[in-house]
Amino acid sequence: MSSPVRITNSAPKPNWVSTRNPCKACAPLGAALVMRGIEGAIPFLHGSQGCATYMRRYLISHFREPMDIASSGFSEASTIFGGGANLHQGLGNVTSQYHPGLIGIATTCLTETIGEDVHGMLHDYREKNPGAENPVLVHVSTPSYSGTHIDGFNNAVRSVVEQLAEAGAGTGAYAGNFVNLFPGMVSTEDLRFLKEVTADFGVPMTLFPDYSETLDGPSMLKYEKIPGGGTPIAALRATPSADASIEFGRTLRTKNTAASFLQEKFAVPAKRIGLPIGVHESDAFFTTMEELTGKPTPGKYNQERGRLVDAYVDGHKYLFGKRAIVFGDEDLVVGLASFLAEIGVVPVLCASGGKSGALTRSIAEVTSHASHCNGKIMVREGIDFMTIAEETALNEFKPDFLIGSSKGAKLARALGVPLIRVGFPIHDRIGGQRILHLGYRGAQRLFDLVVNTLLEVKQDSSSIGYSYL
Amino acid sequence: MVDILRERERQVYRKGQETSFQLDCEKQSVAGSVSQRACVFCGSRVVLYPIADALHIVHGPIGCASYTWDIRGALSSGPELHRLSFSTDMQEMDIVRGGEKKLYAALCELIDEHHPKAAFVYATCIVGVIGDDVGAVCKRVSMEKGIPVLPVHSDFNLAGETWIIRDYYARMGVQVVSCITGDGRIDEIRRAHGAALNVVQCSGSMTHLAKNLKDKYGIPFIRVSYFGLEDMSKSLYDVARHFGNKEVMQRTQSIVREELDRAMPLLAEYRRALSGKRAAIYVGGAFKAFSLVSALRLLGMKTVMVGSQTGNKEDYEQLRELCDEGTIIADDSNPLELSTFLEEKEVDVFIGGVKERPIAYKLGIGFCDHNHERKEALAGFEGMVNFAREVYGSVMSPVWQLTPRKRAGTLEVVR
Repeated sequence: MSSPVRITNSAPKPNWVSTRNPCKACAPLGAALVMRGIEGAIPFLHGSQGCATYMRRYLISHFREPMDIASSGFSEASTIFGGGANLHQGLGNVTSQYHPGLIGIATTCLTETIGEDVHGMLHDYREKNPGAENPVLVHVSTPSYSGTHIDGFNNAVRSVVEQLAEAGAGTGAYAGNFVNLFPGMVSTEDLRFLKEVTADFGVPMTLFPDYSETLDGPSMLKYEKIPGGGTPIAALRATPSADASIEFGRTLRTKNTAASFLQEKFAVPAKRIGLPIGVHESDAFFTTMEELTGKPTPGKYNQERGRLVDAYVDGHKYLFGKRAIVFGDEDLVVGLASFLAEIGVVPVLCASGGKSGALTRSIAEVTSHASHCNGKIMVREGIDFMTIAEETALNEFKPDFLIGSSKGAKLARALGVPLIRVGFPIHDRIGGQRILHLGYRGAQRLFDLVVNTLLEVKQDSSSIGYSYL
Repeated sequence: MVDILRERERQVYRKGQETSFQLDCEKQSVAGSVSQRACVFCGSRVVLYPIADALHIVHGPIGCASYTWDIRGALSSGPELHRLSFSTDMQEMDIVRGGEKKLYAALCELIDEHHPKAAFVYATCIVGVIGDDVGAVCKRVSMEKGIPVLPVHSDFNLAGETWIIRDYYARMGVQVVSCITGDGRIDEIRRAHGAALNVVQCSGSMTHLAKNLKDKYGIPFIRVSYFGLEDMSKSLYDVARHFGNKEVMQRTQSIVREELDRAMPLLAEYRRALSGKRAAIYVGGAFKAFSLVSALRLLGMKTVMVGSQTGNKEDYEQLRELCDEGTIIADDSNPLELSTFLEEKEVDVFIGGVKERPIAYKLGIGFCDHNHERKEALAGFEGMVNFAREVYGSVMSPVWQLTPRKRAGTLEVVR
């Protein structure tokens, strides 16, 4: 069978040194998001004040929720003499103001470069501040010059699990008969959906991280210092007692994942599947759930699948051969490529700012069933938006639409084609955090959106003004 | 009551509670306080951002460029080079071996591609630590490419405000030589020393520049505010008075009269609805807060809390004089303090920036963006009408009736 992927990460021409309109953010941002998904936790950046403020602003503009990130507030003096004193003062002040159950500390490029021994500093802090009332401290190394926000996210998931997991910690609800689910960076609506699925299967689940409530909460009478919700710390301690771990992400690097850590150290079987977007990848997810629980998929999901396939049939003529440029976080791009290929669209360019080294292989895997894509897909890692624009012109991609974060809006405008907003960040529309991407239900919403977007273009650009389409 | 950090106790003041007024300010933010401030890089990036025909490149890891890409509402009447985000996107090996070569190559390729009038190189905090000689790279590229390349170690044309103000000056018969930095151009900035007067709006950085221009070129300067009817009128009169020209003054008087005649009936309507409502203000520079307090007063509203990220002693003294008894004044505040002030003072509308918005919304309180990201022009006479309309639109929205705040006491609140 011929490969659907025509060009594999060919060097762009010309080969730019600079990054022009980035298609990624930096590692500590992903780590801060993970820490926000732990119950009673507050994220803390060891570095300059500006980093915390910038990341808050970036996250607030997507989630439209308060997002407090503390900082050790580095000054010139702390850069020269070390930031231990600042870190200790900061931890003390956060504790007295927020009364957190956990403080999740992420480093930044500055503190990594001067070689701060955060592990040792936290050890000293614990010795000076003994007592059960003090918050649990976890830390993750996230130098901003290495990887993207997704690497920061995945490293934080693994670091938190590594530092909290205890053999035999699982008692009561966490004694056994449950699964760990590490979904990666998905929306709050996706997280709620995953909780619904596992509840319907009748399996207790430790979902980590879980910012479904902490970053999408109700209107409040009183300001919550730390919003309710999040993965309980007790559940994180008990992860080694799980029957199995599921992790989403075909491009994950084994050394970075929490599930592989639990498998190596505690022999918890790890099951890695793609982000369940579209029918094929969702089938893999439900099959995995069936295998792990020994129970059939609840009827409601079979019905959702049936309706989705019925909709695919209804809409297939509007889509066949349409061309899409897909960009964003690598595993989201893989999931979207799988979905687009199965509905008859050609994802002519699959691009990400990330550089896992596994994107090309993953795209080839998920599009292998779609012969209409044969030889028509270009995959590019480590890309920025101006390179996407140049490749689009050079290869005459002539896309019918773009699908990805709101950072592609300028490009879509320049190309005169619609942008279908998914993933992160969505800074120019409301409700980005509530987009459902996963499962048959998520695919149904994406499908209707894609078809209707194309129909709108057709209707608006036609001189006839069709009433039926 | 808010548990204000011990280190910050002297940075919060309630008017009328103490006899002597001494608010601590211009201090480094306390570690662990979730300050709303950013960093030095951010300050220079935001100030220089509107210079539309220059190349702006961030030398550092990618985050600093991602988070400042197109963040301001600054508009340009022509080139839009400032709206692109360029970065050296430093990787681990650049940190180990130094980033000078990469910076040199990046600058050369981008200047060749875009032909800017000048280039600004923003050195992020890490660049100083690894010891890159950014100045030397800039000098070399400047020589080779024949344009100014300026290292930035470390006002504005929001929503077309510069154009509104330029129009007033044109009608007065005053020539605007250069506008720094709103809708700015490199050639205009190079002409700036030929002006007869510098008019400084708002920020500390521009006052600093004006002082330099005064020392070096002997150009006098005046500080003005283009926000609110009174301050806007006063600004135009101050400029007219400076030139001592009878015709200019007469034209100014007729402009002010005309504009006020247009604005007042509209404002009267908003005032009827907003009278007695309570406002809170938290802004970057304190200078903006003075005008906001007066503007809100014109709408019949009471400012019950006011604060800034970077105000100085004189700013806060002036605010204290301007405010009513009981008003809270805070320097370098944080979300926990701000949320407590909003609750305690039963605020109807909070005026601030993007980071303050979710605090207000979460508590079911109206909000008006007065920061550099906004898209609505708030300067000038028509800006005051826009401001009033936005405050009115937020305060009078029916959505608040559904929030726990408004329903408290009538229905049991969940959670």
